[in-house]
Amino acid sequence: MTDITTEKARIGAPSSQPFINGFTEEGESLSPLNAAESKSPLAGEAVKAHSHGGGVGIPDSSRAGRLTSYKLADFKPLTGMEEDWRFTPLKRLKGLHTEVLTGTGPSVAVTAPDSVRVETVGRNDARIGSAGIPEDRVSANAWENFSEATVITVPAEVETESEVSVVLTGQGTQAAAQHVVIVAEKFSKAVVVLDHQGTAVVSENVEIVVEDGAQLTVISLQEWNDDAVHASSQQARIGRDAKFKHIVVSLGGDLVRVTPSARFTAPGAEVELLGLYFADAGQHLEQRLFVDHGVPNCKSNVLYKGALQGRNAHTVWVGDVLIRKEAEGTDTYEANRNLVLTDGARADSVPNLEIETGLIAGAGHASATGRFDDEHLFYLMARGIPEDVARRLVVRGFLNEIIQQIKVPAIEERLTAAVERELAATNH
Amino acid sequence: MSTLEIKDLHVSIDTEQGTKEILKGVSLTIKTGETHAIMGPNGSGKSTLASTVAGHPRYNVTSGTITLDGEDVLAMSVDQRARAGVFLAMQYPVEVPGVSMTNFLRTAKTAIDGEAPSLRHWTKDVKAAMAQLRIDADFTQRNVNEGFSGGEKKRVEILQLELFKPKFAILDETDSGLDVDALKVVSEGVNRAHAEGNMGTLLITHYTRILRYIKPEFVHVFVDGKVVEEGGPELADRLEEEGYDRYVQGAGAATIAAADAAAQA
Ligand SMILES: Nc1ncnc2c1ncn2[C@@H]1O[C@H](COP(=O)(O)OP(=O)(O)OP(=O)(O)O)[C@@H](O)[C@H]1O
Ligand SMILES: [Mg+2]
Repeated sequence: MTDITTEKARIGAPSSQPFINGFTEEGESLSPLNAAESKSPLAGEAVKAHSHGGGVGIPDSSRAGRLTSYKLADFKPLTGMEEDWRFTPLKRLKGLHTEVLTGTGPSVAVTAPDSVRVETVGRNDARIGSAGIPEDRVSANAWENFSEATVITVPAEVETESEVSVVLTGQGTQAAAQHVVIVAEKFSKAVVVLDHQGTAVVSENVEIVVEDGAQLTVISLQEWNDDAVHASSQQARIGRDAKFKHIVVSLGGDLVRVTPSARFTAPGAEVELLGLYFADAGQHLEQRLFVDHGVPNCKSNVLYKGALQGRNAHTVWVGDVLIRKEAEGTDTYEANRNLVLTDGARADSVPNLEIETGLIAGAGHASATGRFDDEHLFYLMARGIPEDVARRLVVRGFLNEIIQQIKVPAIEERLTAAVERELAATNH
Repeated sequence: MSTLEIKDLHVSIDTEQGTKEILKGVSLTIKTGETHAIMGPNGSGKSTLASTVAGHPRYNVTSGTITLDGEDVLAMSVDQRARAGVFLAMQYPVEVPGVSMTNFLRTAKTAIDGEAPSLRHWTKDVKAAMAQLRIDADFTQRNVNEGFSGGEKKRVEILQLELFKPKFAILDETDSGLDVDALKVVSEGVNRAHAEGNMGTLLITHYTRILRYIKPEFVHVFVDGKVVEEGGPELADRLEEEGYDRYVQGAGAATIAAADAAAQA
């Protein structure tokens, strides 16, 4: 075990000076905005006043102090100054943060092996609320407004032979709410794909329960139409010795903001949070994840990779990893890598690792935003490879690291084709 | 039989202080089967010459010509030059994230030959060439140059030389950063490629050490962007004993004085 002498180390905190002066990781390149940003005035007070998890003595900007509540009224109206909304263009949320969400939510079509239970339930079902409490206003708004939920249960000890496919098809631009619950019971094993398509303006809560010894993969695909707006809070509770793999793939939509979180509830569990995004001109693709190590001897590994091209393509990645005092023996690593293909695109990347105990196995983070630069291009072209082929080679290789983790051949093929399509657009 | 001809080449770069002329009239002719050594002190413009032939966009050719069998090389894009048979083993090979060696080698070979190599033979060729250069088999799974040591990068450059079979190889300080064993392994690779009889070699080096393993017929001494003396292998022996002092007293001393002045300004 590594004995970290600093009792509480905060590395790469988004809203203040780096804890360790000049601390940078292999080419970490936070945007000047991030580096210079002064602390948001709202970050502290509101949080402490309502917090379920935090309390006295928790620093304002600590993830442990974030307000959580099922009630919309507990969250103040958004101004865009909030730490967790400061990158999001609120105007483009199309009312998800201000309106009552009365629109028709995306239709849900589930294809699953017979061994998997699929139900549509009302708000009062006992399983609602089993994994998550909203952590922001948009999520709370959906919680307050959804009328029915889809519950997918993989029964104990069942190992599914094929994936569970959940196709969510948008029904138009009226702001709507959506609720999905996925339960992997003890020692079950399954892959669930949430496949978001069409046009929607939707705030979605996905609750994921991974019971003791279960192995669950959840893949959330955002291949929306260009005009879609999607906020998705995907919260997972992880049981003892469970394995959870979560893969976010955001390609389509005007504004997509996915906020996955994984909370360990018992020792011995492992999570892998992976992500891939490819932003075109004008798109805003945001991912903010949270790994909450609150118990000993759990492992987490985070890798998000993004490519950007075109004017005002904007991606945001914020990775909060919290290792609480109790979480001795934690082993965690988080990394975000962005590849900027053209001028005028912007990638914000903020790793935020909070460590409250010195008795951990390992903790690290890396963030790098690279340009596909002239030297890479020169090297490949000097070996006879034409420019467009060189560009594809690099992007494909870069994103493939995530795609090949999906391990559902049909989806891997589909995504490879989707990336090719995005790349074809680069040439224009 | 091919000829690479460089005639009165002048090259400048754009710096923050303005345009700077680095090559000041270089002429050089290399034919298939020949090995030419270019030797010169640091900063004399050796890499500039190499990169200009390969077509690096940073270098502006202000006058002069480069032709390959009469074809205008300067009119070709970087990839066209490579496909025409020019290969540059770089002094500082670039790390290319996200692209595996396997994928890279196959893509390059396909581009250079104009058709995909037969998979079975290709895999065997790559394996064999790697073994001869004592490159671990697992390097094929790694990304191009990523995390390779200086010496490993140089071996991988020579691996490409052997696999791509260019008409002309420009080796920019392939010897630097290599220990004696690695130097031998790499030199053997160059000699193997040369022995096939279809390649001319331009060997750029600062030291004479590599000339114990690779024997040039022609030696050109390069100082301050120009060839200041030419001769046979005996010239290299003389450089071994005397160093560059003799030349640097002339043009070089002026360069150093100018550089010092610039540094102080
Ligand atoms: N980007 C640049 N900005 C300013 N000067 C440059 C730049 N690139 C090269 N030079 C200068 O051009 C000159 C020639 O450089 P070059 O790299 O060709 O020399 P070299 O003979 O290969 O040296 P070495 O033996 O160190 O490899 C040097 O004086 C160098 O400082
Ligand atoms: Mg050089």
